[in-house]
Amino acid sequence: MCLGIPAQIKEIVDVDNQIAMVDLSGVSREVNIACVLDDTYQSDDLINKWVLVHVGFALSVVDEDEAHKTLKILDEIGELSATMDDLG
Amino acid sequence: MKYVDEFRDPDKAKKLLKEIDRLCSEITLPEDRPIQIMEVCGGHTHSIFRYGLKQLLPNNLEFVHGPGCPVCVLPRSVVDNCMRIAEHDDVIFTTFGDAMRVPGSDKSLLDVKAEGADIRMVYSPLDALTIAQKNPDKRVVFFGLGFETTMPSTALSILQAKKQGINNFYLFSNHITIIPTIKAVLDSPGMRIDGFLGPGHVSLVIGNRPYDFIADNYHKPLVVSGFEPLDILQSVWMILKQLKNSEAKIENQYKRLVDDNGNANALSPIAEVFELREFFEWRGLGSINNSGVKINDNYADFDAEIEFKLKEVTVVDPDVCQCGEVLKGILKPWQCKVFGKECTPETPLGALMVSTEGACSAQYSYGQNIDLINAK
Repeated sequence: MCLGIPAQIKEIVDVDNQIAMVDLSGVSREVNIACVLDDTYQSDDLINKWVLVHVGFALSVVDEDEAHKTLKILDEIGELSATMDDLG
Repeated sequence: MKYVDEFRDPDKAKKLLKEIDRLCSEITLPEDRPIQIMEVCGGHTHSIFRYGLKQLLPNNLEFVHGPGCPVCVLPRSVVDNCMRIAEHDDVIFTTFGDAMRVPGSDKSLLDVKAEGADIRMVYSPLDALTIAQKNPDKRVVFFGLGFETTMPSTALSILQAKKQGINNFYLFSNHITIIPTIKAVLDSPGMRIDGFLGPGHVSLVIGNRPYDFIADNYHKPLVVSGFEPLDILQSVWMILKQLKNSEAKIENQYKRLVDDNGNANALSPIAEVFELREFFEWRGLGSINNSGVKINDNYADFDAEIEFKLKEVTVVDPDVCQCGEVLKGILKPWQCKVFGKECTPETPLGALMVSTEGACSAQYSYGQNIDLINAK
Protein backbone atom coordinates (compact mmCIF):
# COMPACT_ATOMS: atom_id res chain seq x y z
CA MET A 1 0.00 0.00 0.00
CA CYS A 2 2.76 2.43 0.91
CA LEU A 3 4.75 1.09 -2.03
CA GLY A 4 7.00 3.71 -3.58
CA ILE A 5 9.14 3.43 -6.68
CA PRO A 6 12.20 5.54 -7.57
CA ALA A 7 11.74 7.34 -10.89
CA GLN A 8 13.69 9.97 -12.80
CA ILE A 9 12.07 13.27 -13.75
CA LYS A 10 12.43 13.88 -17.48
CA GLU A 11 10.28 16.91 -18.26
CA ILE A 12 7.97 19.41 -16.60
CA VAL A 13 4.75 19.16 -18.61
CA ASP A 14 2.41 21.51 -16.72
CA VAL A 15 3.90 24.18 -14.46
CA ASP A 16 0.53 25.50 -13.20
CA ASN A 17 -0.77 22.10 -12.13
CA GLN A 18 2.70 20.91 -11.06
CA ILE A 19 2.87 17.88 -13.35
CA ALA A 20 6.08 16.25 -14.59
CA MET A 21 6.83 13.31 -16.87
CA VAL A 22 8.97 10.64 -15.22
CA ASP A 23 10.72 7.51 -16.37
CA LEU A 24 9.42 4.84 -14.02
CA SER A 25 11.38 1.63 -14.68
CA GLY A 26 11.22 2.29 -18.42
CA VAL A 27 7.59 3.46 -18.45
CA SER A 28 6.79 7.14 -19.02
CA ARG A 29 4.14 8.52 -16.70
CA GLU A 30 2.87 11.84 -15.48
CA VAL A 31 3.28 12.52 -11.78
CA ASN A 32 2.29 15.39 -9.53
CA ILE A 33 5.33 17.18 -8.09
CA ALA A 34 3.63 19.52 -5.58
CA CYS A 35 5.30 17.79 -2.62
CA VAL A 36 8.86 18.17 -3.94
CA LEU A 37 8.79 21.81 -5.01
CA ASP A 38 10.33 24.15 -2.45
CA ASP A 39 13.05 26.74 -2.02
CA THR A 40 15.71 24.18 -2.96
CA TYR A 41 13.92 22.81 -6.01
CA GLN A 42 11.99 24.97 -8.46
CA SER A 43 10.40 22.93 -11.23
CA ASP A 44 13.29 23.12 -13.72
CA ASP A 45 15.83 22.13 -11.05
CA LEU A 46 14.05 18.80 -10.78
CA ILE A 47 14.87 17.61 -14.29
CA ASN A 48 17.02 14.45 -14.14
CA LYS A 49 16.52 14.22 -10.37
CA TRP A 50 15.34 10.94 -8.91
CA VAL A 51 12.17 11.03 -6.83
CA LEU A 52 10.12 8.48 -4.93
CA VAL A 53 6.73 8.04 -6.61
CA HIS A 54 3.67 6.87 -4.67
CA VAL A 55 0.19 6.68 -6.29
CA GLY A 56 1.08 9.27 -8.92
CA PHE A 57 2.77 11.76 -6.59
CA ALA A 58 6.49 12.44 -6.14
CA LEU A 59 6.91 12.47 -2.36
CA SER A 60 10.63 13.03 -1.87
CA VAL A 61 13.77 13.76 -3.89
CA VAL A 62 16.45 11.07 -3.56
CA ASP A 63 19.51 12.45 -1.75
CA GLU A 64 22.29 11.02 -3.90
CA ASP A 65 25.03 11.74 -1.33
CA GLU A 66 23.14 9.87 1.37
CA ALA A 67 22.58 6.90 -0.95
CA HIS A 68 26.33 6.71 -1.56
CA LYS A 69 27.05 7.05 2.17
CA THR A 70 24.70 4.15 2.97
CA LEU A 71 26.41 1.94 0.38
CA LYS A 72 29.81 2.94 1.79
CA ILE A 73 28.73 1.96 5.30
CA LEU A 74 27.65 -1.42 3.90
CA ASP A 75 31.10 -1.87 2.32
CA GLU A 76 32.75 -1.00 5.62
CA ILE A 77 30.62 -3.52 7.50
CA GLY A 78 31.97 -6.13 5.06
CA GLU A 79 35.55 -5.05 5.67
CA LEU A 80 35.05 -5.15 9.44
CA SER A 81 33.65 -8.65 9.14
CA ALA A 82 36.68 -9.81 7.09
CA THR A 83 39.11 -8.28 9.62
CA MET A 84 37.37 -10.00 12.52
CA ASP A 85 37.67 -13.31 10.64
CA ASP A 86 41.40 -12.73 10.07
CA LEU A 87 41.87 -12.09 13.76
CA GLY A 88 40.17 -15.43 14.29
CA MET B 1 22.56 4.67 -9.93
CA LYS B 2 18.90 3.60 -10.06
CA TYR B 3 18.42 3.28 -6.31
CA VAL B 4 17.08 -0.27 -6.54
CA ASP B 5 19.65 -2.84 -7.78
CA GLU B 6 22.45 -1.33 -5.69
CA PHE B 7 20.45 -2.23 -2.60
CA ARG B 8 20.01 -5.86 -3.68
CA ASP B 9 23.72 -6.79 -3.93
CA PRO B 10 24.10 -10.41 -2.69
CA ASP B 11 27.77 -9.99 -1.66
CA LYS B 12 26.96 -7.06 0.61
CA ALA B 13 24.02 -9.05 1.99
CA LYS B 14 26.26 -12.01 2.85
CA LYS B 15 28.64 -9.78 4.79
CA LEU B 16 25.77 -8.11 6.64
CA LEU B 17 24.30 -11.52 7.50
CA LYS B 18 27.60 -12.56 9.02
CA GLU B 19 27.56 -9.49 11.27
CA ILE B 20 23.91 -10.12 12.16
CA ASP B 21 24.79 -13.73 13.09
CA ARG B 22 27.62 -12.52 15.28
CA LEU B 23 25.43 -9.97 17.09
CA CYS B 24 22.58 -12.46 17.59
CA SER B 25 24.98 -14.93 19.21
CA GLU B 26 26.07 -12.21 21.64
CA ILE B 27 22.55 -11.20 22.72
CA THR B 28 20.86 -13.41 25.31
CA LEU B 29 17.32 -12.76 26.44
CA PRO B 30 15.60 -14.18 29.55
CA GLU B 31 14.33 -17.77 29.24
CA ASP B 32 16.21 -18.09 25.94
CA ARG B 33 13.36 -16.43 24.15
CA PRO B 34 14.06 -15.24 20.58
CA ILE B 35 14.79 -11.60 19.69
CA GLN B 36 11.53 -10.22 18.24
CA ILE B 37 11.56 -7.36 15.76
CA MET B 38 8.24 -5.97 14.55
CA GLU B 39 8.09 -4.59 11.04
CA VAL B 40 5.26 -2.09 11.31
CA CYS B 41 4.78 -1.65 7.56
CA GLY B 42 3.16 -4.17 5.22
CA GLY B 43 5.70 -3.22 2.55
CA HIS B 44 8.43 -4.59 4.79
CA THR B 45 6.40 -7.75 5.43
CA HIS B 46 6.18 -8.27 1.68
CA SER B 47 9.93 -7.69 1.16
CA ILE B 48 10.86 -10.03 4.02
CA PHE B 49 8.87 -12.88 2.47
CA ARG B 50 9.62 -12.07 -1.15
CA TYR B 51 13.39 -12.06 -0.66
CA GLY B 52 13.36 -14.94 1.81
CA LEU B 53 15.14 -12.81 4.43
CA LYS B 54 13.63 -14.78 7.30
CA GLN B 55 15.31 -17.97 6.19
CA LEU B 56 18.69 -16.20 6.01
CA LEU B 57 18.55 -14.91 9.57
CA PRO B 58 19.59 -16.78 12.72
CA ASN B 59 16.99 -18.93 14.51
CA ASN B 60 16.92 -16.69 17.57
CA LEU B 61 15.70 -13.71 15.54
CA GLU B 62 12.00 -13.47 14.65
CA PHE B 63 9.97 -10.97 12.69
CA VAL B 64 6.56 -10.07 14.09
CA HIS B 65 4.37 -8.76 11.28
CA GLY B 66 2.77 -5.54 12.47
CA PRO B 67 -0.51 -3.77 11.71
CA GLY B 68 0.81 -1.60 8.87
CA CYS B 69 -1.23 -2.92 5.97
CA PRO B 70 -4.16 -0.49 5.63
CA VAL B 71 -6.17 -2.89 3.48
CA CYS B 72 -5.74 -5.67 6.05
CA VAL B 73 -7.13 -3.66 8.95
CA LEU B 74 -10.20 -2.38 7.07
CA PRO B 75 -13.29 -3.36 9.03
CA ARG B 76 -16.11 -5.17 7.22
CA SER B 77 -18.47 -2.29 7.96
CA VAL B 78 -16.33 0.06 5.82
CA VAL B 79 -16.44 -2.36 2.89
CA ASP B 80 -20.23 -2.57 3.35
CA ASN B 81 -20.40 1.23 3.22
CA CYS B 82 -18.39 1.25 -0.02
CA MET B 83 -21.05 -0.98 -1.52
CA ARG B 84 -23.85 1.27 -0.27
CA ILE B 85 -22.18 4.10 -2.18
CA ALA B 86 -21.36 2.04 -5.29
CA GLU B 87 -24.92 0.72 -5.64
CA HIS B 88 -26.26 4.18 -6.63
CA ASP B 89 -26.95 4.33 -10.38
CA ASP B 90 -25.28 7.72 -10.76
CA VAL B 91 -22.06 6.74 -8.96
CA ILE B 92 -18.68 5.74 -10.33
CA PHE B 93 -16.79 4.23 -7.41
CA THR B 94 -13.00 4.33 -7.75
CA THR B 95 -10.44 2.51 -5.64
CA PHE B 96 -6.90 1.20 -5.52
CA GLY B 97 -6.87 -2.41 -6.72
CA ASP B 98 -5.82 -3.70 -3.27
CA ALA B 99 -9.27 -3.06 -1.83
CA MET B 100 -11.29 -4.94 -4.47
CA ARG B 101 -11.24 -8.36 -2.84
CA VAL B 102 -11.53 -7.35 0.83
CA PRO B 103 -14.56 -9.22 2.17
CA GLY B 104 -17.45 -7.19 3.58
CA SER B 105 -20.32 -8.82 5.47
CA ASP B 106 -21.49 -10.77 2.42
CA LYS B 107 -19.58 -9.60 -0.63
CA SER B 108 -16.48 -7.84 -1.86
CA LEU B 109 -16.31 -4.86 -4.23
CA LEU B 110 -15.29 -7.30 -6.95
CA ASP B 111 -18.58 -9.20 -6.44
CA VAL B 112 -20.61 -5.99 -6.62
CA LYS B 113 -18.74 -4.93 -9.76
CA ALA B 114 -19.60 -8.31 -11.33
CA GLU B 115 -23.25 -7.60 -10.52
CA GLY B 116 -23.07 -4.41 -12.56
CA ALA B 117 -21.97 -1.59 -10.26
CA ASP B 118 -19.59 0.89 -11.90
CA ILE B 119 -16.47 0.24 -9.85
CA ARG B 120 -13.13 1.16 -11.36
CA MET B 121 -9.59 0.46 -10.22
CA VAL B 122 -7.32 3.48 -10.45
CA TYR B 123 -3.60 3.99 -9.90
CA SER B 124 -3.92 7.44 -8.36
CA PRO B 125 -6.66 9.63 -6.84
CA LEU B 126 -5.85 12.07 -9.65
CA ASP B 127 -7.12 9.45 -12.11
CA ALA B 128 -10.41 9.49 -10.19
CA LEU B 129 -10.47 13.28 -10.50
CA THR B 130 -10.02 12.97 -14.27
CA ILE B 131 -12.95 10.51 -14.39
CA ALA B 132 -15.03 13.08 -12.49
CA GLN B 133 -14.12 15.78 -15.02
CA LYS B 134 -15.09 13.56 -17.94
CA ASN B 135 -18.39 12.45 -16.35
CA PRO B 136 -20.06 15.61 -15.02
CA ASP B 137 -23.46 13.87 -14.73
CA LYS B 138 -22.06 11.20 -12.37
CA ARG B 139 -20.92 11.37 -8.77
CA VAL B 140 -17.35 10.03 -8.63
CA VAL B 141 -16.18 8.68 -5.29
CA PHE B 142 -12.59 7.78 -4.42
CA PHE B 143 -11.99 5.30 -1.61
CA GLY B 144 -9.16 6.92 0.37
CA LEU B 145 -7.00 4.37 2.16
CA GLY B 146 -3.60 4.27 3.71
CA PHE B 147 -1.33 5.84 6.27
CA GLU B 148 0.42 9.22 6.02
CA THR B 149 2.19 8.10 2.83
CA THR B 150 -1.07 8.22 0.89
CA MET B 151 -2.77 11.13 2.68
CA PRO B 152 -0.95 13.91 0.76
CA SER B 153 -2.21 12.45 -2.54
CA THR B 154 -5.89 12.45 -1.52
CA ALA B 155 -5.62 15.84 0.23
CA LEU B 156 -3.99 17.39 -2.85
CA SER B 157 -6.65 15.81 -5.09
CA ILE B 158 -9.37 17.51 -3.04
CA LEU B 159 -7.50 20.82 -3.19
CA GLN B 160 -7.16 20.35 -6.96
CA ALA B 161 -10.92 19.59 -7.27
CA LYS B 162 -11.70 22.78 -5.36
CA LYS B 163 -9.29 24.84 -7.46
CA GLN B 164 -10.80 23.53 -10.71
CA GLY B 165 -14.39 23.78 -9.48
CA ILE B 166 -15.05 20.04 -9.87
CA ASN B 167 -18.15 19.48 -7.74
CA ASN B 168 -18.93 15.83 -8.51
CA PHE B 169 -15.82 14.41 -6.80
CA TYR B 170 -16.03 12.89 -3.31
CA LEU B 171 -13.57 11.17 -0.98
CA PHE B 172 -14.57 8.32 1.32
CA SER B 173 -11.74 8.80 3.79
CA ASN B 174 -10.56 5.76 5.71
CA HIS B 175 -7.04 6.95 6.22
CA ILE B 176 -5.29 5.93 9.41
CA THR B 177 -2.36 7.40 11.30
CA ILE B 178 0.72 5.48 12.35
CA ILE B 179 1.58 6.82 15.80
CA PRO B 180 -1.58 5.79 17.74
CA THR B 181 -1.28 2.42 16.00
CA ILE B 182 2.25 1.78 17.23
CA LYS B 183 1.22 3.02 20.67
CA ALA B 184 -1.69 0.52 20.71
CA VAL B 185 0.78 -2.28 19.89
CA LEU B 186 3.16 -1.13 22.64
CA ASP B 187 0.31 -0.96 25.18
CA SER B 188 -1.23 -4.34 24.33
CA PRO B 189 -1.00 -6.92 27.11
CA GLY B 190 1.80 -9.46 26.75
CA MET B 191 3.71 -7.21 24.34
CA ARG B 192 7.33 -8.36 24.07
CA ILE B 193 8.70 -6.73 20.95
CA ASP B 194 12.41 -5.92 21.32
CA GLY B 195 12.67 -3.39 18.51
CA PHE B 196 10.90 -1.91 15.51
CA LEU B 197 11.61 -1.56 11.82
CA GLY B 198 10.11 1.89 11.18
CA PRO B 199 7.98 2.51 8.07
CA GLY B 200 10.19 4.26 5.50
CA HIS B 201 7.57 5.86 3.31
CA VAL B 202 5.32 7.06 6.14
CA SER B 203 8.44 8.60 7.65
CA LEU B 204 9.41 10.56 4.57
CA VAL B 205 6.14 12.44 5.14
CA ILE B 206 6.07 12.72 8.96
CA GLY B 207 9.83 12.58 9.72
CA ASN B 208 11.47 10.72 12.59
CA ARG B 209 10.67 12.92 15.57
CA PRO B 210 7.13 11.53 16.13
CA TYR B 211 8.74 8.20 17.10
CA ASP B 212 10.80 9.68 19.96
CA PHE B 213 8.29 8.46 22.58
CA ILE B 214 9.09 4.85 21.66
CA ALA B 215 12.68 5.30 22.79
CA ASP B 216 11.96 7.77 25.61
CA ASN B 217 8.90 6.14 27.22
CA TYR B 218 9.02 2.51 26.12
CA HIS B 219 12.81 2.13 25.83
CA LYS B 220 12.64 0.27 22.53
CA PRO B 221 14.85 0.90 19.49
CA LEU B 222 13.28 1.87 16.17
CA VAL B 223 15.16 2.12 12.88
CA VAL B 224 13.38 3.77 9.95
CA SER B 225 14.10 1.46 7.04
CA GLY B 226 13.99 1.31 3.27
CA PHE B 227 12.38 -1.61 1.45
CA GLU B 228 15.17 -3.29 -0.50
CA PRO B 229 16.79 -6.40 1.03
CA LEU B 230 19.99 -4.56 2.01
CA ASP B 231 17.95 -1.76 3.60
CA ILE B 232 16.09 -4.25 5.79
CA LEU B 233 19.21 -6.23 6.72
CA GLN B 234 21.13 -3.06 7.57
CA SER B 235 18.23 -1.86 9.74
CA VAL B 236 18.09 -5.21 11.55
CA TRP B 237 21.84 -4.93 12.13
CA MET B 238 21.35 -1.40 13.54
CA ILE B 239 18.60 -2.60 15.90
CA LEU B 240 20.74 -5.52 17.08
CA LYS B 241 23.68 -3.21 17.78
CA GLN B 242 21.41 -1.09 19.99
CA LEU B 243 20.08 -4.17 21.79
CA LYS B 244 23.59 -5.46 22.41
CA ASN B 245 24.61 -2.11 23.92
CA SER B 246 21.31 -1.84 25.89
CA GLU B 247 20.40 1.32 23.97
CA ALA B 248 17.03 2.58 22.76
CA LYS B 249 17.33 5.19 20.03
CA ILE B 250 15.41 6.30 16.97
CA GLU B 251 17.73 5.87 14.00
CA ASN B 252 17.33 6.43 10.27
CA GLN B 253 18.68 3.89 7.78
CA TYR B 254 16.71 5.43 4.89
CA LYS B 255 18.51 8.78 4.82
CA ARG B 256 18.50 8.88 1.03
CA LEU B 257 14.76 9.63 1.22
CA VAL B 258 13.77 10.42 4.81
CA ASP B 259 14.56 13.76 6.40
CA ASP B 260 14.35 13.91 10.20
CA ASN B 261 11.74 16.66 9.89
CA GLY B 262 9.64 14.96 7.21
CA ASN B 263 8.26 16.81 4.20
CA ALA B 264 6.46 20.07 5.04
CA ASN B 265 5.01 20.23 1.51
CA ALA B 266 3.32 16.88 2.05
CA LEU B 267 2.18 17.65 5.60
CA SER B 268 0.52 20.98 4.87
CA PRO B 269 -2.24 19.66 2.54
CA ILE B 270 -2.98 16.94 5.14
CA ALA B 271 -3.41 19.59 7.84
CA GLU B 272 -5.53 21.70 5.49
CA VAL B 273 -8.05 19.02 4.52
CA PHE B 274 -8.19 16.43 7.30
CA GLU B 275 -8.86 16.11 11.02
CA LEU B 276 -8.60 13.20 13.45
CA ARG B 277 -11.57 10.99 14.25
CA GLU B 278 -12.06 10.37 17.92
CA PHE B 279 -12.69 6.66 17.37
CA PHE B 280 -11.81 4.34 14.51
CA GLU B 281 -12.52 0.63 14.36
CA TRP B 282 -9.76 -1.66 13.06
CA ARG B 283 -10.29 -5.17 11.85
CA GLY B 284 -8.85 -7.56 14.40
CA LEU B 285 -7.61 -4.84 16.75
CA GLY B 286 -10.83 -3.09 17.82
CA SER B 287 -11.15 0.66 18.24
CA ILE B 288 -7.95 2.73 18.48
CA ASN B 289 -8.63 6.29 19.63
CA ASN B 290 -7.54 9.13 17.34
CA SER B 291 -6.18 6.70 14.75
CA GLY B 292 -8.59 7.52 11.93
CA VAL B 293 -8.68 10.61 9.74
CA LYS B 294 -11.70 12.33 8.19
CA ILE B 295 -12.34 15.39 6.04
CA ASN B 296 -12.77 18.58 8.08
CA ASP B 297 -15.77 20.93 7.89
CA ASN B 298 -14.08 23.32 5.44
CA TYR B 299 -14.06 20.58 2.79
CA ALA B 300 -17.36 18.91 3.75
CA ASP B 301 -18.62 19.32 0.16
CA PHE B 302 -16.14 16.63 -0.89
CA ASP B 303 -16.96 14.22 1.94
CA ALA B 304 -18.68 11.03 0.75
CA GLU B 305 -19.81 10.24 4.31
CA ILE B 306 -21.95 13.39 4.30
CA GLU B 307 -23.07 13.14 0.66
CA PHE B 308 -24.25 9.53 1.07
CA LYS B 309 -25.36 9.88 4.73
CA LEU B 310 -23.26 6.91 5.83
CA LYS B 311 -23.63 5.50 9.31
CA GLU B 312 -20.93 3.84 11.35
CA VAL B 313 -21.97 0.26 12.02
CA THR B 314 -19.81 -2.35 13.68
CA VAL B 315 -19.73 -5.73 11.95
CA VAL B 316 -17.94 -8.54 13.75
CA ASP B 317 -15.53 -10.83 11.93
CA PRO B 318 -16.45 -14.52 11.49
CA ASP B 319 -15.64 -16.60 14.58
CA VAL B 320 -13.06 -18.70 12.75
CA CYS B 321 -10.95 -15.64 11.82
CA GLN B 322 -7.84 -15.14 13.92
CA CYS B 323 -6.54 -12.06 12.10
CA GLY B 324 -6.38 -10.08 15.35
CA GLU B 325 -4.08 -12.58 17.04
CA VAL B 326 -1.83 -12.69 13.97
CA LEU B 327 -1.74 -8.87 13.80
CA LYS B 328 -0.63 -8.65 17.40
CA GLY B 329 2.07 -11.27 16.85
CA ILE B 330 0.45 -13.80 19.22
CA LEU B 331 -0.10 -16.32 16.41
CA LYS B 332 2.01 -16.92 13.33
CA PRO B 333 -0.06 -16.86 10.12
CA TRP B 334 0.13 -20.63 9.59
CA GLN B 335 -1.05 -21.25 13.15
CA CYS B 336 -4.48 -19.78 12.33
CA LYS B 337 -7.17 -22.48 12.14
CA VAL B 338 -8.26 -21.60 8.59
CA PHE B 339 -4.89 -20.62 7.04
CA GLY B 340 -4.52 -22.24 3.62
CA LYS B 341 -7.75 -24.20 4.10
CA GLU B 342 -10.94 -22.11 4.01
CA CYS B 343 -8.83 -18.94 3.78
CA THR B 344 -6.56 -18.49 0.73
CA PRO B 345 -5.60 -15.48 -1.42
CA GLU B 346 -8.23 -16.57 -4.00
CA THR B 347 -11.03 -16.82 -1.42
CA PRO B 348 -9.92 -14.80 1.60
CA LEU B 349 -11.96 -14.97 4.81
CA GLY B 350 -9.74 -12.62 6.74
CA ALA B 351 -8.19 -9.42 5.48
CA LEU B 352 -4.60 -10.53 6.13
CA MET B 353 -5.04 -12.96 3.23
CA VAL B 354 -6.28 -10.26 0.84
CA SER B 355 -3.47 -7.83 0.21
CA THR B 356 -0.07 -9.00 -1.00
CA GLU B 357 1.26 -7.03 1.98
CA GLY B 358 -0.84 -9.01 4.44
CA ALA B 359 1.17 -11.37 6.63
CA CYS B 360 -0.98 -14.39 5.67
CA SER B 361 -0.99 -13.71 1.94
CA ALA B 362 2.79 -13.17 1.93
CA GLN B 363 3.32 -16.35 3.94
CA TYR B 364 0.98 -18.31 1.63
CA SER B 365 2.62 -17.01 -1.55
CA TYR B 366 6.27 -17.15 -0.62
CA GLY B 367 6.86 -19.47 2.27
CA GLN B 368 3.81 -21.31 3.47
CA ASN B 369 5.55 -24.56 4.26
CA ILE B 370 8.84 -23.41 5.72
CA ASP B 371 7.60 -22.62 9.21
CA LEU B 372 5.48 -25.77 9.25
CA ILE B 373 8.54 -27.86 8.39
CA ASN B 374 10.65 -26.08 10.99
CA ALA B 375 7.92 -26.54 13.60
CA LYS B 376 7.88 -30.32 13.12
